[in-house]
Amino acid sequence: MPQPVNAELGQISELLMLLASIAYVVALIFFVLDLVRSSTTIGTIESRLASQQGAPERALAGVGARGGAVAAGSTPPARATADDSMDYGAGPRRGTARIAVSLTILAAVIHGAAVVSRGVAANRVPWGNMYEFCTTGAFLVAAIFLITLTRKDLRFVGSFVVGLVVIMLCAATVGFPTPVARLIPALQSYWLIVHVSIAVASSALFTITFAMSVLQLLQTSREAKLLAGKVDTAKFLRLVPSALSLENLSYRLNAIAFVGWTFTLMAGAIWAEQAWGRYWGWDTKEVWTFVIWTVYAGYLHARATRGWTGTRAAWLSIVGYLCIVFNFTIVNIYFSGLHSYSGV
Amino acid sequence: MKQDISEDTGSTAGSRRSDVVLPSLGFLGTLRWAWTQLTSMRTALFLLLFLAVAAVPGSLFPQRPANPAVVTQYIQNNPDTGPVLDWFQLFDVYSSVWFSAIYLLLFISLIGCVVPRARAHFRAVRSTPPRTPRRLSRLPVYGTLEVPAHRVRAAGLTPSSAAEEAAALLKKRGYRVDVRDAGTDRPSVGAERGLAKEFGNLVFHTSLIGVLVSVAVGGLFGYNGQKVIVEGDSFVNTLIGYDSFNPGSNFSDDRLDPFSIRLDSFDVRFDREQTSHYGQPLDFTANITTQEGPGADEEPQVLKVNAPVTIGGTNVYLVGNGYAPVVTVRDGEGNIASEGPVVSVPSDGLYTSLIVIKAPDAKPDQLGFVGFFLPTAFVDEEGVSFSRDPDPFNPQLNLNSYYGDLGLDDGTPENVYVLDTENLTELNSRTNDDGGIVLGVGQTYDLPEGKGSVTFDGLKRYVALDIHHDPGEVGALVFSTLALVGLTASLFIGRRRLWVRTGEHPDGRIMLEYGLLARGEDHRLPAEGTAVEKLLADRWLAPEGAAEEDTLQEAGTSAAGTGNSHHTTKDN
Ligand code: HEM
Repeated sequence: MPQPVNAELGQISELLMLLASIAYVVALIFFVLDLVRSSTTIGTIESRLASQQGAPERALAGVGARGGAVAAGSTPPARATADDSMDYGAGPRRGTARIAVSLTILAAVIHGAAVVSRGVAANRVPWGNMYEFCTTGAFLVAAIFLITLTRKDLRFVGSFVVGLVVIMLCAATVGFPTPVARLIPALQSYWLIVHVSIAVASSALFTITFAMSVLQLLQTSREAKLLAGKVDTAKFLRLVPSALSLENLSYRLNAIAFVGWTFTLMAGAIWAEQAWGRYWGWDTKEVWTFVIWTVYAGYLHARATRGWTGTRAAWLSIVGYLCIVFNFTIVNIYFSGLHSYSGV
Repeated sequence: MKQDISEDTGSTAGSRRSDVVLPSLGFLGTLRWAWTQLTSMRTALFLLLFLAVAAVPGSLFPQRPANPAVVTQYIQNNPDTGPVLDWFQLFDVYSSVWFSAIYLLLFISLIGCVVPRARAHFRAVRSTPPRTPRRLSRLPVYGTLEVPAHRVRAAGLTPSSAAEEAAALLKKRGYRVDVRDAGTDRPSVGAERGLAKEFGNLVFHTSLIGVLVSVAVGGLFGYNGQKVIVEGDSFVNTLIGYDSFNPGSNFSDDRLDPFSIRLDSFDVRFDREQTSHYGQPLDFTANITTQEGPGADEEPQVLKVNAPVTIGGTNVYLVGNGYAPVVTVRDGEGNIASEGPVVSVPSDGLYTSLIVIKAPDAKPDQLGFVGFFLPTAFVDEEGVSFSRDPDPFNPQLNLNSYYGDLGLDDGTPENVYVLDTENLTELNSRTNDDGGIVLGVGQTYDLPEGKGSVTFDGLKRYVALDIHHDPGEVGALVFSTLALVGLTASLFIGRRRLWVRTGEHPDGRIMLEYGLLARGEDHRLPAEGTAVEKLLADRWLAPEGAAEEDTLQEAGTSAAGTGNSHHTTKDN
């Protein structure tokens, strides 16, 4: 039997959510500042190196070489550019980025408190309507990003990831504001906990790989330009590792997220069997979950198909993510179906 | 390719052969060419993407299996485009020719892909690890290790015994090992690990076939039906007992287990605490009594949303509920023409419900009523009644009445929830002089012109049940679980090959070189190289105190620090 809800705590949660959003926005500003500043710093270092060596092409060529495989043992030409291993330590200290990360941590802590208090206020897991999917999902995006940061220097995607978090929080508070409430009977199932949490976590991972795939495409075209000897128009991409390393890392994350999505699909089917008596019925939400699954299965195949790695695989990863966004927004709001619990 | 079709990713047999093969192959040749094309990785990729695209229209247009009435309505509302869309089977996407074609081709491709790979894998499992490449230094991860001469002497090591020992260490680490050229001056170890990766991949793809077959079994031999039961009433699982019934294509009625269900009571709880969600449902509980067959024991059970009741191999689900006002209709001659609960259809969260009452037995004229049932009736400023709450605080019937021929006698299937008023004469309506009928519980209204009367006797609730039997369900669950396990193994197990070659320097040092190669994506390969190096170094190079100095001297070529080993990783 559901417990009563605590509306007061619910309001505190909303306040915390607001505070977290503000902290994210400030963090975002610092991440962007970092991109701008670091690329100027790198520019300076490069031109100094170039004048020291009297060979202006060298620095450029070095950057270009990142497109291909970096031969074993060769030292990175301009140490200031992002390291392909994405380990910390290469390049100058980036004070601004440090501030940005600290702010993100602060924001995430407040955000976490907001999510938890929402759950406590409602006496259940905080993912029962669109507002909660968005806020909990955004928290997972931030948390996964921060966890990855402890192992790899992914600060270069910081502005994208934190930007997406801000968008998700805005969507939640502006688009789908919902006061705390209990669950309607259709949602009263432990499958809600299992199915939705994995779905949200996988989507959070897909969010990060989406950002990386976009960067990968930008980096690919920049690398081609540099190889052709053209001017570097997207200087901030110096902070970003080569397209190839981006592709490899996003493949690893996508693989994890794909297993999660497969599980989401299965758990959803099991739940559907319990709730509606059939495990699969091509309900709109089921259709889109299937479409997303198939697109990412295509992505994994593409990675093993000659001629389909690199740019095309990145596009598939992007299309897959767009389907996720579509599934979450348009399908939830405008399409009728059995899954109409969006709470909007 | 001899060993394993997926040898190097991306060049399956198909894509490689198709580059060389030209037409003029004759009939068999063309067939074979088509087969290799179909089973190529690129085709699989395209078919997967086609499948994704083809599934989309099913979410844009109403689908017959889910909503036949909506489809009919859609075609009526769009007389121009409707039939065209219908011709393209856009209202039956998932059973359409084109959708089926895509997934059948995909699964044929899948079988054509899995069978040769399974065979190759079977051979790979039974064969020894592949032969040692001539130049290990070309491998993506490569390293060397030197055992200084005095240690070689102390341990009585030879190149062959070093190889044997390395093999034993690797075996402990989970590698399959094979020592070759023992006794020569360049013996080596071939080792391999992670065959479960390919196995997982095969299990995954094969299980997908299993899922498809299970779905097909359910579609052939299963059935589902819908039934509305009012409190106090029973349902017996026979064809005539159902309100609607969808048999699988190979269904026969002896598949219906003869169980029965009685609805004893139905409890509903709405949220009464929160203003923002006031009246939102919190709990639906149906107390039912089931019987496995005639004469079997009666068993009281609780049926809830998300918690079906299973009777034998059949599941019963609570999918809907509403109010059934108990109404008595008397005809112009004073006889009871109809009596009992009438199921009303809720149209919103406040249970404003549509109700249709038909009294075909009324004489001299048949009677019909259409209107609303309102659980908590209120009247707004304009005099329109509406419901303010889902609970029955002020239950009220608002009806229009008709007399004439209800059109039930000509044998066409009727919809109990619709009254066709075309051939009827209106008696009561909000817009005519007699006005609409408004009834509270216990009240009776006498119809104009002495046509009879209608009484609102009381209120009951009803539940809408879905009753399903799907013999493929368990298979689908088992195979999809297998698929998930296989997928995980396939994606996260690293399949690696490793070779160690040993040799002796004229000065008595023993050299070991090793190289690692991953099959497919494996970002942990360098780490594995480091681990293996440590394993070997621990065996022969553990610190032993004072004697170290001249060792370092002797091993002048090696890098300082770790002592006598050197390790490189190629980025690729
Ligand atoms: C129902 C259709 C299919 C689905 C949903 C599907 C899905 C997948 C997924 C998710 C993976 C990545 C996981 C892994 O590496 O094991 C994969 C890998 C693979 N699939 Fe499929 N597949 C399908 C059909 C096919 C077909 C028809 C072929 C043969 C042409 C095929 C050949 C392969 C191969 C060779 C791999 C391993 C790729 C690698 O080495 O990374 N698949 N498949």
